[in-house]
Amino acid sequence: MEEFPESQEQLSGEMTASAIMPGHAGFLDPNGRMGMRRTILKAAAAALLLAPMIGAAQAQEVKEVQMLHWWTSGGEAAALNVLKEDLSKEGYAWKDVPVAGGGGDAAMTALKAMVSAGNYPTASQMLGYSVLDYAQEGVMGDLTEAAKKEGWDKAVPAALQKFAVYDGKWVAAPVNVHSVNWLWISKPVLDKIGGTEPKTMDELFALLDKAKTAGVIPLALGGQNWQEATMFDSVVLSTGGPEFYKKAMNDLDMESLKSDTMKKSFDNLAKLVTYVDPNFSGRDWNLATAMVIKGDALMQVMGDWAKGEFVAAKKTAGTDFVCPRFPGTDGSVIYNSDMFGMFNVPEDRKAAQVALATATLSKSFQSAFNVVKGSVPARTDVPDTDFDACGKKGIADLKSADSGGTLFGSLAQGYGAPPAIANAYKDVVSKFVHGQITSSEDAVTQLVQAIEDAQ
Amino acid sequence: MTALPFDSPETPHAHDMGQDTGRGWRITNRIVIYGLLVLFAVLYLMPLFVMLVTSFKTMDEIQGGNMLALPQSPTLEPWAKAWGETCVGLTCAGIKGYFWNSLKMVVPAVLISTLLGALNGYVLTKWRFRGHNLVFGLMLFACFIPFQSVLLPMATILGSIGRFGVTLQNAFGTSLGLGNPTVNLVFVHVVYGLGFTTLFFRNYYEAFPSELVKAAQIDGASFFQIFRRIMLPNSLPIFVVTVIYQFTNIWNDFLFASAYAGTGESMPMTVALNNVVNTSTGVVEYNVNMAAAMIAALPTLLVYVVAGRYFVRGLMAGAVKG
Amino acid sequence: MSSVATTRPVLTAERDEGIRPTVRSRLQEALPKIVLAPSFAAIVVFVYGFILWTAYLSFTTSKAFPSTNWDGLRSYEKLWRWTFESSPPSSWYTSITNMGIFGFLYVFFCLAIGLGLAILLDQKIRGEGVLRPIYLYPMALSFIVTGVAWKWFLDPGLGLEQTLHNLGWTSFHFDWIKNKDFVIYTVVIAGVWQASGFVMAMFLAGLRGIDGEIMKAAQIDGASPLQLYRRIIIPLLRPVFLSAFIVLAHMAIKSYDLVVALTSGGPGGSAWLPSNFMYEYTFKRNQMAVGSASAIIMLMGISAIIVPYLYSELREKSR
Repeated sequence: MEEFPESQEQLSGEMTASAIMPGHAGFLDPNGRMGMRRTILKAAAAALLLAPMIGAAQAQEVKEVQMLHWWTSGGEAAALNVLKEDLSKEGYAWKDVPVAGGGGDAAMTALKAMVSAGNYPTASQMLGYSVLDYAQEGVMGDLTEAAKKEGWDKAVPAALQKFAVYDGKWVAAPVNVHSVNWLWISKPVLDKIGGTEPKTMDELFALLDKAKTAGVIPLALGGQNWQEATMFDSVVLSTGGPEFYKKAMNDLDMESLKSDTMKKSFDNLAKLVTYVDPNFSGRDWNLATAMVIKGDALMQVMGDWAKGEFVAAKKTAGTDFVCPRFPGTDGSVIYNSDMFGMFNVPEDRKAAQVALATATLSKSFQSAFNVVKGSVPARTDVPDTDFDACGKKGIADLKSADSGGTLFGSLAQGYGAPPAIANAYKDVVSKFVHGQITSSEDAVTQLVQAIEDAQ
Repeated sequence: MTALPFDSPETPHAHDMGQDTGRGWRITNRIVIYGLLVLFAVLYLMPLFVMLVTSFKTMDEIQGGNMLALPQSPTLEPWAKAWGETCVGLTCAGIKGYFWNSLKMVVPAVLISTLLGALNGYVLTKWRFRGHNLVFGLMLFACFIPFQSVLLPMATILGSIGRFGVTLQNAFGTSLGLGNPTVNLVFVHVVYGLGFTTLFFRNYYEAFPSELVKAAQIDGASFFQIFRRIMLPNSLPIFVVTVIYQFTNIWNDFLFASAYAGTGESMPMTVALNNVVNTSTGVVEYNVNMAAAMIAALPTLLVYVVAGRYFVRGLMAGAVKG
Repeated sequence: MSSVATTRPVLTAERDEGIRPTVRSRLQEALPKIVLAPSFAAIVVFVYGFILWTAYLSFTTSKAFPSTNWDGLRSYEKLWRWTFESSPPSSWYTSITNMGIFGFLYVFFCLAIGLGLAILLDQKIRGEGVLRPIYLYPMALSFIVTGVAWKWFLDPGLGLEQTLHNLGWTSFHFDWIKNKDFVIYTVVIAGVWQASGFVMAMFLAGLRGIDGEIMKAAQIDGASPLQLYRRIIIPLLRPVFLSAFIVLAHMAIKSYDLVVALTSGGPGGSAWLPSNFMYEYTFKRNQMAVGSASAIIMLMGISAIIVPYLYSELREKSR
């Protein structure tokens, strides 16, 4: 059948045509009106015939990747385009399936519908635990062969493999490693108010006070729950130290969650929020970053995707902005990572999938992509020559945190616990920031309860 | 009021007064009516005004100025960019290509669901059977199902239909359109639009005089003849309302469109628009976004203006009927 | 449905008497049901079938994907507990109280403004052709974008407040969209703006469908315009009220994108509606069982309001 696709098509085409030949029309309708209708029917059937034939299944390899993602704008889209170009050099066409919105929410909904219908894309941009959810459903592909050949086991940090490898099989290709415990400080504003990079929480508050007296917005924050929780990740790490962060935010140890250290963390958060301008509710993160870029605000606590904004605005690390770690978190990295989940596509599409995964984890792409995106490569053996000061620091930090055991998943970004718990956590933090929860005492009680409800 | 028993010198004067207040009242009445209508029109136009002026501004002006201010140096650039250059995902060819995708889905879906609604309404009012109210009630209540909760089961069913289509394709050379994303979307929108279209027509035909139908029946007209010759010609206003409703809902649907459109090629306008607008990195090009939104809304706006005219025709039809 | 099988066309009843039923006439008689059947069947399967499926999932341990592991009433127990958690408010508590506030105000204002505008427009207005589309157009635009325009307009730093400050009225304050206690009212404002024009169109179609003779007769009887509307016209518009109410109630319940586009959930999730809750739990939080349970409770809540209303409306009509 596969050998003679043309004749097969012709044969079935003839069969269909004879089935709707108008020869019998007169029998039904002597006026011939029916005959006319038949002709229309025939035309319609012909149209229907033609449409699916274009994409008719063939046995040879389909040289095409279908990619579901939500990187539809600015630097991210430009960075992804690099991958598209790389693949087209190898002869693979890129079929783009972009669904923007809600930091991937809309795309994930679309993906769930596609998988329910049994139409798997070649790959989809995915985050942490959702890769494991799909793997558990048995819909992910297997890239282990490619992984062996390319040496992913050694190059990719173990923390990422926890999400990219399921049941001993590689199911996803990590694109980058973001880390969230950064401060992004406007250098001109810092110089103007005569401040220095803060090393401790107290120094941070002192610096913020200084900015306040100088009439600058001290802290740029977007009042959406994930931004608040992302900042709180760093606050917890700083207040309780690496051990505590791991216990509370990754192991979900109830004692730690109820502890006074956690209460202290909430108090610190409450204090930070007093340095935010009154209009912060609902603001998008990039608008908050823009406040720092323009010098309206002194600093922002945000993941290193914020650096992508600085880069896009043609700002230089070191002269226009500085990027110390969140005070008291030096030596530790709270990470999250974008991954391309690889689905169990039909055989004829597997080669394209392997090509996509290999290209994604190639050193050249990892470097080119992450320079633009603000993140660092997902493999530790990529040279840092093309990266700026912040990027170089990020790469070095990742390496030392990976070997030193201080590389932790961000709870706010869905790398500390499954989505149910991560979102319950975001709820509580956000309610605390916006005043529905009024004391740190209540906050920890609510947090424990919410996490229990989500399990 | 004028029935005074005697002819007094004041009488004509009072009458005049009365007439004066009558006319005065009518004039104030008109002023109030027009005043209210214009006031509401201004309020309704406010967001459109903001969008329009923004779409003609340069980015510098948007960032520096007031959102209500008129553009100082109006530019068509954002419109050109939205139409032909802006990036939808990784493809930077504007949103023009997605019109056709939406149209070939929306037009059949609107026509089929409206026609079915009209037939259902006709049966449920003029050809009643025992339990007609229950059937109507069930169809009506169907309007309330949250679409989010049908998303996955529907996807599963569409998936199996698609696989059946592939089987047909292999066996007979045609899938009859089964599994085609556009056909899927038409199907979904027809199913979930039926409740509304039936509701609209049923309630409209409810008030339609049954005597006319009865008379036609006595003259020997058939079910479909009555529908075509008597019901349809008198249904213009409700057709307008239904088509407007269906057209907007289907055109603007994002949930089904993003979930069932399959791979990029049959992506409808809303998904494309969302991909242009709904971004949170880089400098958001509000002017291009607004222009893209206006372009994406043109077909619906056109339907409103064109269909609106038929309200008047509907009025005339009603007057003839009366 | 047994009712479908026992069709008896009201209008053909007398005519058929004395005529021997032929195959053709039988077919004629069954035709209305045949016409209705596909629609009805589709709704039974794709609405009621799916409701049953959702109900089933709400009793399981479904997380990211549907699962068939029975879990009893656990999801409902959670929702029940959350229903009474008002301080600090649980997301579910916020959602249902918001639904009450939003649902009532939205339906009320849309009906009031829609009817008002329709009556005003029906006064032989010059320029009706211009005004009508102005009231209608908000429906045409997707909230993906009008949400941005509204967000600006309501933002104290960009929109109305700032404009008035620039004009010199510096004591003016309008920061509802940033306020956890008032944010839901901004959703009402944008929602009414979007839908009231369509309600106006429905009422206008209804008004245009009213027999002119009735009005004339009432006017000759000396009814004042106010009486004419209160006593005669508005009662005649009852079916339109039914349609409008259903459309509005349905839009209120499904106002998911409105909340997201305008407020992205509001400060601390204070603008959530049950549809946001359902979507969040089903798709984002991978707690499909809880999401399904909330959908079922939503549907039960809707039936508690709609079914009695429908029942009385439909009974009224069949008399």
